Amino acid sequence: MKGRKPVRALRLGLLAAVLLVVPFADHNNAHVDFLANAGAFVLLALGLNIVVGFAGLLDLGYAAFFAIGSYSYAIFASQQFGLHVPFWIMLFVAAAIAALFGILLGAPTLRLRGDYLAIVTLGFGEIVPQTFLNLAQYTNGPNGIGSLDQPSLFGRPFGFSATPYYYVVLGLIALGIVAARNLQHSRLGRAWMAIREDELAARHMGINATTAKLSAFALGAAFSGVAGVAYAAKLDLVSPDQFGFNVSVLILSMLVLGGMGNVAGVIVGSLVLSFVNSFLLPQASNIAHTAGFTYLDFTNYRFMLYGVILVGMMLLRPAGLLPSAKRRAELEAALTDPALAAHEQTEYEGAHAR
Amino acid sequence: MDVFLQQVVNGLSLGAIYALIALGYTMVYGVVELINFAHGDVYTLGSFFSLAILAALGVSGELHGAALLGVVVVTVLAAMLLCGIVGVLIERLAYRRLRNAPRLAPLITAIGMSFILENVMQLWRGPSPVPFPPVIPNPGVTLGGVTVTTKEGLAIVLALGLMVALQLFIANSKLGKAMRATAQDREAAQLMGINVNTTIAATFLIGSALAGAAGFVSGVYYGTTWFFNGFQAGLKAFTAAVLGGIGNIAGAMLGGFSIGLIEAIATQYIPAGAQWSNVVVFSVLVLVLIFRPSGLLGEALPDKV
Repeated sequence: MKGRKPVRALRLGLLAAVLLVVPFADHNNAHVDFLANAGAFVLLALGLNIVVGFAGLLDLGYAAFFAIGSYSYAIFASQQFGLHVPFWIMLFVAAAIAALFGILLGAPTLRLRGDYLAIVTLGFGEIVPQTFLNLAQYTNGPNGIGSLDQPSLFGRPFGFSATPYYYVVLGLIALGIVAARNLQHSRLGRAWMAIREDELAARHMGINATTAKLSAFALGAAFSGVAGVAYAAKLDLVSPDQFGFNVSVLILSMLVLGGMGNVAGVIVGSLVLSFVNSFLLPQASNIAHTAGFTYLDFTNYRFMLYGVILVGMMLLRPAGLLPSAKRRAELEAALTDPALAAHEQTEYEGAHAR
Repeated sequence: MDVFLQQVVNGLSLGAIYALIALGYTMVYGVVELINFAHGDVYTLGSFFSLAILAALGVSGELHGAALLGVVVVTVLAAMLLCGIVGVLIERLAYRRLRNAPRLAPLITAIGMSFILENVMQLWRGPSPVPFPPVIPNPGVTLGGVTVTTKEGLAIVLALGLMVALQLFIANSKLGKAMRATAQDREAAQLMGINVNTTIAATFLIGSALAGAAGFVSGVYYGTTWFFNGFQAGLKAFTAAVLGGIGNIAGAMLGGFSIGLIEAIATQYIPAGAQWSNVVVFSVLVLVLIFRPSGLLGEALPDKV
């Protein structure tokens, strides 16, 4: 392992250098804009990965925390209530608010079995945007809140270029990765893994499952609170329709595609899906249109794609495209990972059936 | 008081639809412990199948007497059959292979299936709501200020009839016995010579067929159908199944009618209630799961399915 460290550092440095010069090398603002948006979803995927990947709690209403983060920024940093809390402070405030809601949702529901918990989080995911929609006197209902404060750094406002947001999101992702990896290997991370494998056994080993699960909910929510602030500030608008069940499933698809529980896999999964959504499908539609198939608009069917990803991956490669290499090497961990175990199980049964 | 009673009638007919869908959730959960997320979309598929069948029969307006009865019976049966087949196919293609996987794997697959079905329906009939022919004449029976329209009557009668039939089937038939045995202990059932695969497929067939019937009822009830209807209806029906005690047939009916009533009454009496009715229903779900996870009838009738 020691010999690989310099190589790894070199690779990381190279990657960082490339990422830092992208806005200078690529003057197409649309590309930088895409990367900044995709980055927000990387943050979301990293956060959901803590809940689903590390702790094994299926959260189907994760977009609700994204909504809470975005609306926090809209409420505390716009003309809506005349409050103008700076962007940088709001990153922390929104993380705290989202985490609080994570605990509020988690505290009464974490006793539930896995699939019940999933449905309750789904209900929560429906209630939150509906509430923002219905409280029209505070949130302008379906129109949402616009003209949010522009972030500024050293007195210089961000302006309308996507480049500053790109750097902010890049920085946040870097912090997010460090946080996620440290969490994964911390005492808490091992507790999550134990609970995921066998909650009863974990409790008997003295792990406080309730605290561990609540921490997962709170930390995962905090990520999406931060992502919400960055996303809202960049878009300059929040409205209830940005945070539906579709968004929760999109983020879940990113995890399933990349590999639940693996930080690198989750990032790759989210980038791939963002790319497909923003470039591949519109491009395919354009090609179809010029070829004469004017009625074909693939972007309308991207949810079909998420469906196919969820079903196909679960059946064929439940651990994702990039299951952690380390985990594969460590037989023990590989056997105890639920996704990999599922894979082994089906293979085992398949072998017996034959 | 009349307003209240009228809302009770509305709630019961709405609840009949939820109850029919809830039966499918509860049966499948009882036997394979899976929240069949795609079930709500099978219900929507039922309304689209009904539309296609009505079109094939050349029906586009109101019918009366024997023609009405004949068309309703044929359409409902055909929609039930087609939905049943779809349900069996979904189980065969997706869920069966994941039967021994960790619980979250089939659930995630079911969510994916739901998205696929929704998009197939969107491809088939477009993204906008589709009008449903007003087959059933509007006037109904008025009893002391409360009107029960024919479609409301149909919804309630059909739901109750199918439930009684299902209850009898599960209590008395050999396949029903096999279902109960599989629900209690799949391995032991297998050892007793029960073909578990057939039994589970039959569960999906019956549950999906009931959703198909609900699809027809909702089509005539609302006069329109939409590829995305199944999402909310499915969630409410699932709430109904949990409220009644998941795995319990009578409970699913009770839960369905309760959710219908709660929704109708909340719409009437809470200010801006229509906007909040979803929030109310989901709050019911959360409260039931926290305070009485076994549901209303979960303990009184512990038999699964």
